[in-house]
Amino acid sequence: MVRAGGGDEPEGRGTAPEGDDAARFSAMLEDSAVDLYENAPCGYLSTLMDGQIAKVNTTLLSWLGYRREELVGRRRFTDLLTVGGRLYHETHFAPLLSMQGEIGGIALELKAADGTRMPVLVTSTVKTSDDGQPLLIRTTLFDARDRRAYETELLRARQEAEEARREADRARRTAEEAHRAVEAERQRLQRLATTLQRTLLPPSLTAPAGLEVAAHYHIASADEVGGDFYDLFPLAHGSWGLFLGDVCGKGAAAAAVTSLARYTLRAAAVYDPDPVAVLANLNTVLTHEYEGTDPRFCTVLFGVLTPDRGTAGFELALAAGGHPPAILLRADGSARHLPTPGGQLIGVIPDPHIATTTVRLDPGDTVLLYTDGLTEAHTTPLGRTGGDGRYGDAALLDFTAALAPTTAPAAIAALQGLLDTLGSGVDDDTALLALSVPHPVSEPKQ
Amino acid sequence: MKRNHVVVTGRGDGPVVVLAHGFGCDQNMWRLVVPALAEDFKVVLFDHVGAGRSDLGAWSEERYASLDGYADDVLQLLRALDPGPVVFVGHSVSSMVGVLAAVREPDLFTGLVLLTPSPRYVDDEATGYRGGFSAEDIDELLESLDSNYLGWSGAMAPVIMGNPERPELGEELTNSFCRTDPAIARAFAHTTFRSDNRADLAKVGVPTLVAQCSDDAIAPPEVGAFVHARIPGSKLVTLPATGHCPQLSAPDATAEAIIDFVRALR
Repeated sequence: MVRAGGGDEPEGRGTAPEGDDAARFSAMLEDSAVDLYENAPCGYLSTLMDGQIAKVNTTLLSWLGYRREELVGRRRFTDLLTVGGRLYHETHFAPLLSMQGEIGGIALELKAADGTRMPVLVTSTVKTSDDGQPLLIRTTLFDARDRRAYETELLRARQEAEEARREADRARRTAEEAHRAVEAERQRLQRLATTLQRTLLPPSLTAPAGLEVAAHYHIASADEVGGDFYDLFPLAHGSWGLFLGDVCGKGAAAAAVTSLARYTLRAAAVYDPDPVAVLANLNTVLTHEYEGTDPRFCTVLFGVLTPDRGTAGFELALAAGGHPPAILLRADGSARHLPTPGGQLIGVIPDPHIATTTVRLDPGDTVLLYTDGLTEAHTTPLGRTGGDGRYGDAALLDFTAALAPTTAPAAIAALQGLLDTLGSGVDDDTALLALSVPHPVSEPKQ
Repeated sequence: MKRNHVVVTGRGDGPVVVLAHGFGCDQNMWRLVVPALAEDFKVVLFDHVGAGRSDLGAWSEERYASLDGYADDVLQLLRALDPGPVVFVGHSVSSMVGVLAAVREPDLFTGLVLLTPSPRYVDDEATGYRGGFSAEDIDELLESLDSNYLGWSGAMAPVIMGNPERPELGEELTNSFCRTDPAIARAFAHTTFRSDNRADLAKVGVPTLVAQCSDDAIAPPEVGAFVHARIPGSKLVTLPATGHCPQLSAPDATAEAIIDFVRALR
């Protein structure tokens, strides 16, 4: 009787098995080495150093579908490989085997007699003689069909990932190129806008004798042409015309109206310098030119300066079409608006009401014309506001009152500083024009 | 120098012999012939960029997409070393690298040894040229490279990553002679097996030895004969060797052929 679990007893360890166990073990020991070679669960191949097949086991023959005599002494190991595998063998496998004496785990494909392919993992060692001379190459080949299928999947996944990465790179590059193109186009448009803007303003102002003038144009956005404009120019008999206005809208269409308004005002002033007549003429031109679907209008202050002979003073006659009032800063330090109430927008209706006012400017007086880009500027919560988050008319009057008495250049410089302080809150273009009567040189300044 | 891991050995005052390895491994391919050559010659060994211990950072797909990039490297190397005119021994694809370099600057060369050369591996039906391979065969090789990538990357990782606390990994790693970044190996295979340098052969103006193997699956004898016929005044020897690497399978005969050729030049 067999002793159940006898192997677990200490005295059983390391001793020869007995009974049926012994018989079975003995049978295993006698497993024929030849049979083990021939029918091993892997292919065996022995080749001469030049690759000639000297010995091959039955397992490998059955995989390949060759008879032993077709291979031994007739074929080389590389003859069993695909052409690509042969190239790999020649360029990698054989040199490595030669240099290292062994090589393992190489994936190759066998080509069977019927042309089918079988993935294998190949390991080879070089058997040498006692004095180190290489004698033959022993090779084992393992069926790698399952593993190769798995690896192919891994490889495919990796290639897909790489392709996805390349695709993402391509998309990124395309986006970057598009961005660069847009940026270049934007810069081109900015240059165009800047150039156009310059043509809409006088390059410099010539001051009438006995007056100081200064002007500033603040560009809110480099991308678009603004619609603000101003000018100062001589008329007959020593008088001068001046205007400052704001066309509604921005961009090319607004720029066209600005240009039209500017030369119309100059031409109309020569034809009939009465300020009301000048604005009425402008209104006729704008309503005529822009009727229907694309009405264009503007707010504008037009004035005529006439020197008061015998004194250093000037008379300023102003006409307003819907424009914020000018500010008068007196030599005595006072400041006030020059109200032109009820003036209607120019270019909207056929016969608008045009408000007028006349003021005398004496030495030390300064008059300021501005567009609403300044008074409509957004202010920070901490800043002084008109109550609606805008800078406002009252704040501007206070600011300028603090300047009085002043001169045109000093006032404009101070207002430039104000625009800088408001910064990006100024989201519309702003035009500023100031005129002042200097004190006569002989007369001491008050 | 560093880029190509240049190693100079042998007799300092001897004729200069430059050994260029082919596709697959690196300058270790020459180790069985170097001792014989070093007795009389100054021997210069190097690794192509992308192979062995070359500077992998210097590799770019664009530069090495044609053999001209490799030929550029050889010319730069010779100018930097400035050893005087050399005998350039190019194995496999490097034989064509040598041809390109010698055509461009013949003054730098006293002779060329083309070991198992092939000017074009793929058959050309238009001219009836037999290189021994079809385009599909080359695709199969690329597949073999890809399928052995997984095995390599695992084995190569310690080397690539660097592993200073375990230096034995770097020394004893299996396949360390043929360590190659898989992407570079693939690109080199493309460059090698898609090249066509048949038209360059006739331009070679330096003494040339064509050394082929008696039994070579990659560069069969008729290809060796083609190279010999196209290079004016070239000599042809057939080494009693099997395979594509006679410097490994028949090192003595290979060294002897090179030595005989260099001596005859003097």
